Amino acid sequence: MSQQQLVEAMSTIKEQEALTIAQDMVNQGADPFSILDACKQAMAIVGDNFAKGLYFLPELVMAGQILMQISELIKPLLKEASSSKESLGRVVVGTVEGDIHDIGKDIVVLMLEVNGFEVRDLGIDVPAAKFVEAVKEFDPQVVALSGFLTVAFDNMKKTVEALKEAGLRDKVKIQIGGGQIDEEIRRYTGADDYGLDAMEAVSYAKKVVAGGVQ
Amino acid sequence: MDTIVKGKAVEVVIGYDRPTVLIGERINPSGKKKLAQALRDGDLDQVRKEAVNQVAAGADILDVNVVTSGVDEVAMLPRAVAAILEVVDAPLCLDVNDPAALPAALKLIPGKAIINSVTGEEKSLNTVLPLVKEYGAAVIGLTMDEKGIPKDAATRVAIAERIVARAEALGIPASDIIMDCLCMSVGADDRAAVATLEAVQQVRERLDVNQTLGASNISFGLPDRELINHVFLSAAIRSGVTCPTVDAAKVRPTVLALDLVMGRDRFARRFLTDYRARGAAK
Repeated sequence: MSQQQLVEAMSTIKEQEALTIAQDMVNQGADPFSILDACKQAMAIVGDNFAKGLYFLPELVMAGQILMQISELIKPLLKEASSSKESLGRVVVGTVEGDIHDIGKDIVVLMLEVNGFEVRDLGIDVPAAKFVEAVKEFDPQVVALSGFLTVAFDNMKKTVEALKEAGLRDKVKIQIGGGQIDEEIRRYTGADDYGLDAMEAVSYAKKVVAGGVQ
Repeated sequence: MDTIVKGKAVEVVIGYDRPTVLIGERINPSGKKKLAQALRDGDLDQVRKEAVNQVAAGADILDVNVVTSGVDEVAMLPRAVAAILEVVDAPLCLDVNDPAALPAALKLIPGKAIINSVTGEEKSLNTVLPLVKEYGAAVIGLTMDEKGIPKDAATRVAIAERIVARAEALGIPASDIIMDCLCMSVGADDRAAVATLEAVQQVRERLDVNQTLGASNISFGLPDRELINHVFLSAAIRSGVTCPTVDAAKVRPTVLALDLVMGRDRFARRFLTDYRARGAAK
């Protein structure tokens, strides 16, 4: 069983087939990172098809579940091998206070992790003070604020201001995301960037750690 | 159980054996950039236009929401209400983030309005219910609490029961409460609609209160959204939703056909009248 077959099965959302191939690869002693890499390629295809309107939300969620099951499968192997692998960077993610939407946020977390970022997921309905605390502790390059409700925009602004007051604003780049976000709202909140889907969160984080964002 | 709301000159009765009442959802800037900008500019022409168009499309009650970034809700809500009252007679449903926006708006309304909404959260119960009582309004109860929207039906029903009990303790009759069992997208969770429909049915059986539902969330992230929305709306009305919050122009034919099927349209008068009006418009 090959990496390419896994990419094919997973990117066409064939759950059983993908899990069987992954298990076979593990049994044959494949490098766990090659399995993870196949997952990453498959998720990129799924994400791309979603962005183009060819795939729909249930398919994105299901691909994520396949990924989680495969991660569970290879976790023991990864632990042995992981010391050699370095993370790309650190991102703090959370849905701001007053909002409880988690689908988009969870997909962002997943895609960041698949792409090699260490992620601190603060969950939903997260007060500004908790973001401040997490930034102090985790020292991320990027803070990603999620929210779907209109009330979230005010709390994104508050979170950005809280980071400023704590003297942490210049240490991080802040990206906001959610179904209704646009440039107007980005300006209102004082964030550095906004994204409309998980791939935009990944590409922004990559750009930031590469020093491409002033 | 009948809920009666009143506009300037119009009385609307919501009840299970009656024709489905439509709450028009379109005066709401979320996802509508032009309306959001107009509100920021203090321009209420669009609000008036949406009010007139929705009533023409068959909306019985109009939901009014002015919450968007850069707009002071407390100042804007009474202005929007005044503008709507200039052009339509329909009862209004005041959809607020901050209950402080309610008193000034409620004072302008000559009939009996709906307050949208109270939740099962302590803070919400303590702030909103006294206003419902003071102004003799009806209220929409959302089946969520401090922990968010429960995934299962049973917890939602428990919250609905708590809201009704707390309202009754203040002397607000159950007939003035409209429950909203809330629906999430089946795109993200394929059990989401079943949970909502079960909750709707149980609320109907146990509390017999009127129920609304915003039924377009259901199809988020999926293609053929209108198809899914209409099928879900039909199932929801069948389960006990009596006054869904909808885009009247889009769903009215479906709802009229369903009312006919459910034996709520004597000699198909409403369906046929609408059918001919639609034919004339083509």
